[in-house]
Amino acid sequence: MLPLSLRTLATRTLLLLVIASAVSCSSLPPEDGIRVVSAEKRIDLTGPIVKVFLTLKVENTPTASEASRVLLAFTPTEVQHLSIVKATRAEGKRKKKAFVPLSIEASELATTAPDAPRLYSVLLSTPLKPGDATTLEVLYMLTHSLEPFPAEISQSESQLVYYRDSAVLLSPYYVLEQVTYIKMPSNRIESFTRVDPTTRAGSEVKYGTYNNQMPNSYLPILVHYENNRPFAVVEELVRKVEISHWGNIQITEQYKLKHGGARHKGVFSRLEYQSRPSVSGASSFKNLLVRLPPRVHSVYYRDEIGNISSSHLRTDSHKSELEIEPRYPLFGGWHCTFTIGYGLPLQDFVFESVDGRRYINLTFGCPLLDTVVDDLTVKVVLPEGSKNPQPVVPFVTEKHLETSYSYLDVVGRTTVVLKKKNVVGEHNVPFQVYYEFNPIFMLAEPLMLISAVLLFFVAFIAYLHMDLSIRKSS
Amino acid sequence: MAPPALDSLPAPLRSLRLKTKQQELLLRVSALALIYVLAFAVRLFSVLRYESMIHEFDPYFNYRTTLFLTENGFSEFWNWFDSESWYPLGRVVGGTLFPGLMVTAALLHRLLRALSLAVHIREVCVLTAPFFAANTTLVAYAFGREIWDSGAGLVAAALIAIVPGYISRSVAGSYDNEGVAIFALLLTFYLFVRAVNTGSLAWALASAFGYFYMVSAWGGYVFIINLIPLYVLVLLVTGRYSQRLYVAYNCMYVLGMLLAMQIRFVGFQHVQSGEHMAAMGVFFLLQVFFFLDWVQYLLNDARLFKSFLRITLTCVITVGALALGIGTASGYISPWTGRFYSLLDPTYAKDHIPIIASVSEHQPTAWSSFMFDFHILLFLFPAGLYFCFKRLSDATIFIVMYGLTSMYFAGVMVRLILVAAPAVCLISAIAASATIKNLTTLIRTKSRSPQTTSGKTTGSKAAAKGAVDQSLPFQHNAAIALLLGAFYLLSRYAIHCTWVTSEAYSSPSIVLAARGHNGGRVIFDDYREAYYWLRQNTPPDAKIMSWWDYGYQITAMGNRTVIVDNNTWNNTHIATVGRAMSSYEDEAYEIMQSLDVNYVLVVFGGVTGYSSDDINKFLWMVRIGGGVFPVIKEPDYLVNGEYRIDKGAAPKMLNCLMYKLCYYRFGELTTEYGKPPGYDRVRGVEIGNKDIKLEYLEEAFTTSNWIVRIYKVKPPKNRS
Repeated sequence: MLPLSLRTLATRTLLLLVIASAVSCSSLPPEDGIRVVSAEKRIDLTGPIVKVFLTLKVENTPTASEASRVLLAFTPTEVQHLSIVKATRAEGKRKKKAFVPLSIEASELATTAPDAPRLYSVLLSTPLKPGDATTLEVLYMLTHSLEPFPAEISQSESQLVYYRDSAVLLSPYYVLEQVTYIKMPSNRIESFTRVDPTTRAGSEVKYGTYNNQMPNSYLPILVHYENNRPFAVVEELVRKVEISHWGNIQITEQYKLKHGGARHKGVFSRLEYQSRPSVSGASSFKNLLVRLPPRVHSVYYRDEIGNISSSHLRTDSHKSELEIEPRYPLFGGWHCTFTIGYGLPLQDFVFESVDGRRYINLTFGCPLLDTVVDDLTVKVVLPEGSKNPQPVVPFVTEKHLETSYSYLDVVGRTTVVLKKKNVVGEHNVPFQVYYEFNPIFMLAEPLMLISAVLLFFVAFIAYLHMDLSIRKSS
Repeated sequence: MAPPALDSLPAPLRSLRLKTKQQELLLRVSALALIYVLAFAVRLFSVLRYESMIHEFDPYFNYRTTLFLTENGFSEFWNWFDSESWYPLGRVVGGTLFPGLMVTAALLHRLLRALSLAVHIREVCVLTAPFFAANTTLVAYAFGREIWDSGAGLVAAALIAIVPGYISRSVAGSYDNEGVAIFALLLTFYLFVRAVNTGSLAWALASAFGYFYMVSAWGGYVFIINLIPLYVLVLLVTGRYSQRLYVAYNCMYVLGMLLAMQIRFVGFQHVQSGEHMAAMGVFFLLQVFFFLDWVQYLLNDARLFKSFLRITLTCVITVGALALGIGTASGYISPWTGRFYSLLDPTYAKDHIPIIASVSEHQPTAWSSFMFDFHILLFLFPAGLYFCFKRLSDATIFIVMYGLTSMYFAGVMVRLILVAAPAVCLISAIAASATIKNLTTLIRTKSRSPQTTSGKTTGSKAAAKGAVDQSLPFQHNAAIALLLGAFYLLSRYAIHCTWVTSEAYSSPSIVLAARGHNGGRVIFDDYREAYYWLRQNTPPDAKIMSWWDYGYQITAMGNRTVIVDNNTWNNTHIATVGRAMSSYEDEAYEIMQSLDVNYVLVVFGGVTGYSSDDINKFLWMVRIGGGVFPVIKEPDYLVNGEYRIDKGAAPKMLNCLMYKLCYYRFGELTTEYGKPPGYDRVRGVEIGNKDIKLEYLEEAFTTSNWIVRIYKVKPPKNRS
């Protein structure tokens, strides 16, 4: 509906849809004299997660003051699905060129209207002097942004999805020159919106080059193409990390997995699935790869009703790979829950910091490759007797403390709970939890057991030496 | 007894030396402890080989109810109306089960939690049966000591720890009533025998509580409530009546009956049902006996007493017969149930109750399974009976009666081998222990000087001593040879038991394992695959129709509502399902619509060669369905009395729902190299109907080895 009507409209100027008129230039801070000299937007649609690489060459007008930040704009829907934004700045010339990571924060500007673009500011490490130019590389990922159409497919059909975006770069700045590339997994592209100049080469569609775009321009485009990559969505993941100073870290991960693609409709025929694996159930998946740290041991894979026997573990000195198969192949809309657990050697992950505190250094995100986690909870269960836990995570998470009980616990274990929504593979970065721990607490539980056994023997000896009968035997 | 060399030790060490009595105690306790551990450990094969999981069918129901009990508390459990089974009837679970097992597991769980051991209830359930089996060895020891001596007790404990007849129902994961019930059964018997031997009210009370626990755990308590009166009767007849017996039986019966009435499922059966009337009759008989005893003592005149006896007996018998007659006629006393009849008459079930006869564990026992489950005990048992008769006492009479009656029941039904196992072990233990004791005495006396023999005697050595006195030639060597033979037999027994446990009784039956062609183990986990698919991918209120065997598993693992399950309380409902399965698709559709069925689940082994599938059970469905609905006739599915599924099969067979669902699209599949497509590997034939069209159902899921196939019932068509 949308692409057709768009195609009929000929001229580009008419298509200029300036959304959010409330956001006029006046809402930008006055010192901002930034404009985008050239922008390249590469959208990678090959997987279930949309990856967008932006290369922005920005320039500060000679008349303006120093700029310490550059703003990025997203539509409200994009912000809902936005999982991660990263930016780097190219510094140095030619061969000495290095990319310096920059920090990004959500800007409080221009969120007055409900459909106004949301702004994120990239904080520049060194302010941009008037008249200077610099290049920013921005990467952001959108989850749940590919809409399956048709929404229900049968076993023999392959999965087609819609992707909606803008042909031109949504930006609060004036854009001099811009081009957009969309990369799709296969040559099968059902349709795409034409906004001239638009060219298609194989599995790639190129929009642009467009010149002299006004701030906040938006040209809706729609791409309809085939995407049979597994749409594995972990609706909920709880990772529980239990530290034992006797030498083990036990990790238990509870997954609630769903096939997030086009829903399966009608018959599931095992015969078709077994005899024609290439055509039948093209969008379904039956195994997943979990990347675990090296030297992992006692790996298990089970669910509520028992062990799942179909998994393989490969280990080498750099990593361990666990290939798991759910009990049944997952078709669109099918669910499956399971638990993975494994042990890790303590000395690989728990260290003592210079101030005498201990800290655990672990990877934050989900070890499943190429999946979206809607709701991630990481629980770090510190040993009994630990004090002052302090998590250090490189991004914003919801944090709180709770107490959990395990074998032979008396006072309970302090547990640090970290929660984050919309997590992708890029979130697999190290995080730390610092805590104070006195090694004497390690002995509490063995001593308890020893004294219990001792008491038992003492009671037995006492019983044998006592005569409890009322009538004295002769 | 200690070697004389020790006397030369320095004084402090000598004081540490144990006295003979202490040594014996130490040996006994450590042997018992080892047996205890052995009994537990030998049942863990399945956990080590597979995983910590619940086995079979009924244990899944028990597990589900235990889970409910731990999550919702006892009062909720007691009043639980389960709408997930027997749709649309539902089932009053709290009032139709024996809660002993669940309460035991829940209490164990709570105890472990209180000791801050964070175990899951599933682990508790899986290990309940081995734990109680281990406890049973202790009871067997005490029982053996009570009826013979502590040596026999130890042997009995060792035998019962590994007897396959008992292991078959008590491996880890076999979370069934029998697991705790055998413990309760033996405990009740032990306490009762102890009460009879001592005449102590305390032991009788304890035995009443043991009986209460047994009633709460298993329907097999009927055996106790009939065996004990029978035993009392035998003692009366043989002139062994005593005050001890009077105290023991009255206390045990009255209190046990009152306690048993607290179990909702049993209720007032002790005073209302035909199966319990024997106990009541014996109770009154005992009162009459006591009364007559007293009168005889008062009268002190034989002639007078004789006439009094005649009058009293006539009155009592008339009153008793009248009460029984009126009770039965007015329906106050219910007649014997079919299950009870089928025990007394093995052919009864086959003719009258196909639903009981269809269960494999209710079949009469084959000789081979006696040999399989008892091994050398089968030969030791008669020997033990001989020893018992040689030293007849109240206790040995009891064990002889227990052994003989339970052996009879074991012959009637395979599963009742379980009840016979403790008795067989105890009697065999007497034989083994007495024989070995005699032999060792012979050897010892021979090796020492003849003078010392007179000093050492125990109760059972009269025969041995006689033999020594005669001092036959080669006696010493013969004794050694016999002893070696006995040890050889006992070690064969241990090997056999371990082998049976490992090979036959430790597979969970929910996971099937086979040897692959390269020698590796292949696992067929199709059941759980299907149940988990149901659990995750069907609407939460979906109703599943399947044959009743899978009902408990679907509700426990699939968490979905079923039409019928293994609690076969409503024969008509099961017959309705049987009728649907054996009708044509359109007729079956009407039945399924009337039952709100959303999915149909069938088990099919034709691809893998798994023989206990629905096609092999199909004739029972026809029989049970036909028993209630005469439209279904067994001969329609047979050709000249023969059950066939190939081209020569009956047309009704080839087009009934079960056939269609099992073989849908099977005709396109090649199962075995060199065989035509559609070759059924269980029946070993090519199927007769390869072109199966389904009109009212559609394939929803088939597991990876085709063992479980699930079909979705289509909604009714719009009216045109």
